[in-house]
Amino acid sequence: PCAGPVESKNEAAMSELVPEPRQKPAVPMKPMGINANLLGYIGIDTIIEQMRKKTMKTGFDFNIMVVGQSGLGKSTLVNTLFKSQVSRKSSGWNREEKIPKTVEIKAIGHVIEEGGVKMKLTVIDTPGFGDQINNENCWEPIEKYINEQYEKFLKEEVNIARKKRIPDTRVHCCLYFISPTGHSLRPLDLEFMKHLSKVVNIIPVIAKADTMTLEEKTEFKQRVRKELEVNGIEFYPQKEFDEDLEDKTENDKIRQDSMPFAVVGSDKEYQVNGKRVLGRKTPWGIIEVENLTHCEFALLRDFVIRTHLQDLKEVTHNIHYETYRAKRLNDNGGLPPMTAETEESHESNL
Amino acid sequence: QNDGYRSLPLFGHVGFDSLPDQLVNKCIKQGFSFNILCIGETGTGKSTLIDSLFNTTFDDPVSTHFQPNVRLRARTYDLQESNVHLKLTIVNTVGFGDQINKEESYQPIVDYIDAQFEAYLQEELKIKRSLHSYHDTRIHVCLYFISPTGHSLKTLDLLTMKSLDSKVNIIPIIGKADSISKTELQRFKVKLMSELVTNGVQIYQFPTDDETVSKINAIMNGHLPFAVVGSTEEVKVGNKMVKARQYPWGIVQVENENHCDFVKLREMLICTNMEDLREQTHARHYELYRRCRLEEMGFRDTSPENKPVSLQEAYEAKRHEFYVEMQRKEEEMRQVFVQRVKEKETILKEAEQEIQARFEHLRRLHQEERLKLERNRRSLEDEMASFIKKKAAAELLQTQTLLSTPMSLKKDKDRK
Repeated sequence: PCAGPVESKNEAAMSELVPEPRQKPAVPMKPMGINANLLGYIGIDTIIEQMRKKTMKTGFDFNIMVVGQSGLGKSTLVNTLFKSQVSRKSSGWNREEKIPKTVEIKAIGHVIEEGGVKMKLTVIDTPGFGDQINNENCWEPIEKYINEQYEKFLKEEVNIARKKRIPDTRVHCCLYFISPTGHSLRPLDLEFMKHLSKVVNIIPVIAKADTMTLEEKTEFKQRVRKELEVNGIEFYPQKEFDEDLEDKTENDKIRQDSMPFAVVGSDKEYQVNGKRVLGRKTPWGIIEVENLTHCEFALLRDFVIRTHLQDLKEVTHNIHYETYRAKRLNDNGGLPPMTAETEESHESNL
Repeated sequence: QNDGYRSLPLFGHVGFDSLPDQLVNKCIKQGFSFNILCIGETGTGKSTLIDSLFNTTFDDPVSTHFQPNVRLRARTYDLQESNVHLKLTIVNTVGFGDQINKEESYQPIVDYIDAQFEAYLQEELKIKRSLHSYHDTRIHVCLYFISPTGHSLKTLDLLTMKSLDSKVNIIPIIGKADSISKTELQRFKVKLMSELVTNGVQIYQFPTDDETVSKINAIMNGHLPFAVVGSTEEVKVGNKMVKARQYPWGIVQVENENHCDFVKLREMLICTNMEDLREQTHARHYELYRRCRLEEMGFRDTSPENKPVSLQEAYEAKRHEFYVEMQRKEEEMRQVFVQRVKEKETILKEAEQEIQARFEHLRRLHQEERLKLERNRRSLEDEMASFIKKKAAAELLQTQTLLSTPMSLKKDKDRK
């Protein structure tokens, strides 16, 4: 900065007063892009370590919902994803048990730890979805459950004396299991995803993909993608929430090539080429779950857990939850007058 | 500790241990903001210290001692170190402690801090809000500069710190510490801390719950207030150029831990506890402000019968209250309006009557005039009629005489 601008800045600076509420306090001076590296190390970048330590201490929550007709391998897949018995497999309905008349919502939570990181994982199962003769509106209990979690969070958030960490039971991710018919999506699939893609992150997954050949798989995926597009269904990662070019290119690749992931799940290990691998043993060979040439499980796992887990939570919090909140507050006629100023302006209009 | 959840073992590598990295990467993308408030009398070395802390000159003009009142000046800077972007805001008090009457000295500061909380609260209460991209202007730390008198705290310092200690993290600092000798300094520090304790001033304590930093933080807590020296000039010491102040009797090195506590301050403020300062501001000071403010506005978590009241109901109740008030005021205004209209009507009626009366009066005058004129006209007409008769009679006489004497009549005629 040369002498000229500095002087005029002085004038402007000396005349600033403490601003009224609602205005930004900083002088709208051009921010100086001072590169601290040139002038000597300060230590600002240590905040990364400080932040990392803080998050390790508080731990993480993650809530994942699985939706799909029974028998598509939902529980097995979730157990394979988290390498743990987080979901109890239903052994099908035996004659004594009654098939539930409506969709049930079963949320089971466990704590798992890896590398010093503690995660409270909740798996939300939806038995009964798509299993009735008449499946009209069977997504409603699911939508209701999701909105109830938003409501719970909202209630906590608007409390006057509120908790330091609001317990987060909101559904961060919904895996929707598509039956590997090889033809197209079923009307039920479309209806569900149409309704729910607006309130929750949906990741469509082609279940039991070991029933399709490679060509069938590629064609099916293309058809499914097309159908979703034609029906205006935006699955996660949604195009409109790409934050920058980097995100967009990365996510475009996933949206247009990889998704929906064609997966196979298993919790049994077999010996293949001297290694113990998770797989399914069939008369014609062992399907290796984590082998990318056999199925796309590893892609799904990396996508959901290793790269986009935090993003799933953030989209849920910053977008889906905010949408719910705004709608909720609007329905109540909005917020009452906040300050004395608005009261006065109210009177002057009379 | 697990909230009643069962702990499960994993039979393989899942990969969620990358979660802290995922989160940190998101934070890096958004950038960080850190806001420092410097309070202290003019000339205690605030600007120089900030310049020294951040290794740059922040271009703050030197202020005079003759400010009529205390004002705050805020400046925001974008700093970058490796991949960390920091939006640093420095708020300076201008004219603090210079007035003859210092009663109004600390109120502007309290108001400023509250204003930042208020702005955040307003954003949080909006229907359509964008909290994750909100530029946080709340003050994360207050560096309070104590003059190096060597004696004790000034009354102004005590009052100011007392009014701020529940609103902001305060780190007391002895400015220009090179004017105190080592022994005096020790005594001074002890005196200051005991005064703070006696008066119940809550200063920021470096956190000791995390084992990695608890030891160093505990030690540092014992060194408060930090006695600092700032300098942006460099002096050659040995074979290096260091930040220092050169005196005839020696060189005070800023970054020499034997000379002053500058390095300790930098360590604590930036390298160890920046995140904790931010978190305390948000989780403690802001929550307290929010709670007080909402209660001030009349919201409660529980109704008088101690049943939980949802904020929605509270909003509804408040809205109804305001609506009823508005109705009442409207009615009042309407009454006043009707009253005024009535009054105006009577006035106008009276005026109308007056004009009517005058009109009548004028009309009567006019009529009288007309009658008078009529009479005059008639009398004139009568005169005219009698004159014509006379004339006719005279002419008749003339013609009669003409018939008797024709010649002389002709001449008379011509003459006529």
